[in-house]
Amino acid sequence: MAVKTASGAAAPMPASGGAAKSGLWGWLNKRLPVEEFLAKEATEYYAPKNFNFWYYFGSLAAVVLVLQLVTGIFLTMFYKPGETTAFDSVQFIMREVDWGWLIRYLHSSGASFFFIVVYLHMFRAFLYGSYKAPRELLWLLGMLVYLALMAEAFMGYVLPWGNMSFWGAQVIVNLFGTIPGIGPDLVLWIRGDYGIADATLNRFFSLHVAAVPLALLLLVMLHLVALHQVGSNNPDGIEIKEKLGADGKPLDGIPFHPYYTVKDFVGIGVFLVLLAIVVFFVPTFGGVFLEAPNWEPANPMSTPEHIAPVWYFTPFYAILRAVPDQRMGALLMLIAVMAFLFVPWLDRSRVKSMRYRGWMSRTALAIFAVSFVALGYLGMQPAEGLYVLLARIFAALYFAFFFLMPLYSWLDPVKPVPERVVYHAH
Amino acid sequence: MRIDLRALLAAALLIAVACAPQRLPAAEAAAEGAAKFGADWESWRAGTSVADLASVQRGARNFVGYCLGCHALKYERWSRLGDDLHIPAPLLEKDLLPPGRKTTEYIQTSMPAADAENWFGKAPPDLSLMVRARGTNYIYQYLTTFYVDPGRQTGVNNLRFPTTAMPHVLSELEGLKGAVFRTVTHAGPGGTTVSEQVFDHFEPLAPGRMSLEEYDGFVRDTVNFLDYVSDPQQLQRHQLGVWVVLFLLLFTWLTWLVKREYWKDVH
Amino acid sequence: MADHAGVAGGDEVDLSRRKFLTRATIATGAVGTVFAAIPFVESWAPSERARAAGVPTELDLSKLEAGQMTTTVWRRSPIYVVRRTPDMVARIAGHDADLKDPNSDQSDQPAYAKNPLRSRNPEFLVLIGTCTHLGCLPKQRFAAGELYPSWPGGFFCPCHGSRFDLAGRVFDGSPASLNLRVPPYSYPKEHLLLVGADEKGAV
Repeated sequence: MAVKTASGAAAPMPASGGAAKSGLWGWLNKRLPVEEFLAKEATEYYAPKNFNFWYYFGSLAAVVLVLQLVTGIFLTMFYKPGETTAFDSVQFIMREVDWGWLIRYLHSSGASFFFIVVYLHMFRAFLYGSYKAPRELLWLLGMLVYLALMAEAFMGYVLPWGNMSFWGAQVIVNLFGTIPGIGPDLVLWIRGDYGIADATLNRFFSLHVAAVPLALLLLVMLHLVALHQVGSNNPDGIEIKEKLGADGKPLDGIPFHPYYTVKDFVGIGVFLVLLAIVVFFVPTFGGVFLEAPNWEPANPMSTPEHIAPVWYFTPFYAILRAVPDQRMGALLMLIAVMAFLFVPWLDRSRVKSMRYRGWMSRTALAIFAVSFVALGYLGMQPAEGLYVLLARIFAALYFAFFFLMPLYSWLDPVKPVPERVVYHAH
Repeated sequence: MRIDLRALLAAALLIAVACAPQRLPAAEAAAEGAAKFGADWESWRAGTSVADLASVQRGARNFVGYCLGCHALKYERWSRLGDDLHIPAPLLEKDLLPPGRKTTEYIQTSMPAADAENWFGKAPPDLSLMVRARGTNYIYQYLTTFYVDPGRQTGVNNLRFPTTAMPHVLSELEGLKGAVFRTVTHAGPGGTTVSEQVFDHFEPLAPGRMSLEEYDGFVRDTVNFLDYVSDPQQLQRHQLGVWVVLFLLLFTWLTWLVKREYWKDVH
Repeated sequence: MADHAGVAGGDEVDLSRRKFLTRATIATGAVGTVFAAIPFVESWAPSERARAAGVPTELDLSKLEAGQMTTTVWRRSPIYVVRRTPDMVARIAGHDADLKDPNSDQSDQPAYAKNPLRSRNPEFLVLIGTCTHLGCLPKQRFAAGELYPSWPGGFFCPCHGSRFDLAGRVFDGSPASLNLRVPPYSYPKEHLLLVGADEKGAV
């Protein structure tokens, strides 16, 4: 489809490759496929034109990744890993390094924003069936990014060596002790000492600063390659490549550049406004982004009143605590995370998008979303009284979403899917 | 779920009362009669604002006079205190800086930690981050709920932090008060009855150098100062934040205009 | 494909508005990026801790014997303080022809040290003990004739052989081209040296 300006003339498109290029640009392109790459991945990569609100979060995730890398690199210039120096070095950054407080708050807020963006990004896949064939590998790679992100965030939280850093690490590392047979040895190996100690802190520092970021970059790149290989899904769940125009381009597609580069910048603007509000006015976010016990140094002799991981882990933490048996709880928590990996094959629906699915799939997804949020809230509360019962109920609903999916997705009375995408000019 | 209007009104009323400017304990006592002084201690709020520079300055003076003997502020420098609180160097050195110390040094206490542990059972904690860790209300309540308890080595106990190792250092200012408990019985497990002592109210025992109102102001100023020390750049951060958000709103508006312009192509 | 809505104005207006808006947005974004970069760049400036450690250094000179040198530190540089004897002061004159910069025109010193003795008073010499060639610490060679028969006394840098006289001025034939630097300093009290602060205040 040729893209037209409002008055009907063909919109000016950047010249694609083929013609001889002159000057520095020509010199560069003989040696690196710059112009080809830009054409293939941006100006001549067609994306569905009906992207909505849920499609901002991929590019936003990339923005947050860059933010975390840059602020993280600068924090590493001043942070001193080590059980006697870490906490003090964070205060040094906050109080004595010019603009250190800003770099620190950007990084701590960025971590929370990363998960907000990633959870919304993942939810989009459930709304529109973006994990279904041929995008199963795209989904799996995304899940690997998510797992790497969880590891990165967990280790990052240990680094300030506050009291919640210490006890959070204690609890999570102890979970590995529930693995039959090798558990206790594994925990000792992870810790490098008989309790969470300097050795643990230092290796977490290395992994957090070097190893996991490299893995994240690699996985994100593979994720993008996989996306471009099959092309993006869209809110109607229609494969736009199945309807090509005379020019061989999808009728319902538009070039990513300039249309989605331009649109994504609006998303980035809104995101930055929200980030700035948090960083400058509520960086601790009421103790949710930066927890109160972490303003006290790590004390192996004094457990905080309520040990809770940071909010983005609390749904899984609630599932862990819902089970009265330690080993079963850890196993179920693992299954809760791993279940996502199987969704492309658990989902038997003929239809991708929730817009055309029946009441069964919609109800199931709504219940799942509510359960996830409810579990997240419950994971932040003490495990007593009514909270325990509620956590068990919502955990059951959470697992039902996955385990019953083959059934309800198959039985679901679906609606007819339109031939072409539904688009309203905006 | 039907919304119960009466419950909603009651809730709104409670919220309004809770948010109302906190009455001073002195006013509290006057309003309800001295017999019930302190019954509502858990809802006492510090109500301080770091923007009140005069209050923070008084708090600094209070801290140096009454707290620095045992508690350090090891992440704050004297020079920074002077700069942030607009205290000129000569005044800082005369009134606040302990003799022999330099303004570039961190605010340390003179009490050796080992001695402190011997005398009190645990070293008095550094207070640089105490407000961030516990909140202004906690510290306000802590300093206003000391009561005489002959059973303890320090002779006092505390409602906010029971069995605290800290003596009531400020008793010369506040005076001494006792706590009156009442017995409450309720059903326990297995059909037994359980009775426990529940705090009822405070009873003034001996006056201090300050009136209730003056002491209250003293505590608030000190809490305000500790709030500043916990997060010294909070005021500048807010001021800068306004400009940053405004700029970003402008930028976002521009990006939206560009987007709308380009998307006229898309049908 | 749905009919497109007509918009008043021709291609030119359309495209120029597009160009203008895009450029305005990019310009605003560039300004924002520069402002965003400032905190990161400024974070590299010496921290409060470094600035606190860099305050002027005091040194008690009452115990320093004539003809002796003592060292102290200011802003991570070694500071040489020499109590010159009258004989040492006399040996500063008479070899201007062998010096690269006898009047201290090129070298770095405060106004009160721009004199042949390069100090506030003849008795005490205060220098930054860092060779102006590549930064080694020159060694004291105060005795006349110590290095070679016509040696008037001064400093010798072991790294590459630069030579300086008893006022810190560099000799011809040295790899170094500048006289040793003099820091700002003052005497708040007699025999109390304050390196890093003078009439202009602390540096």
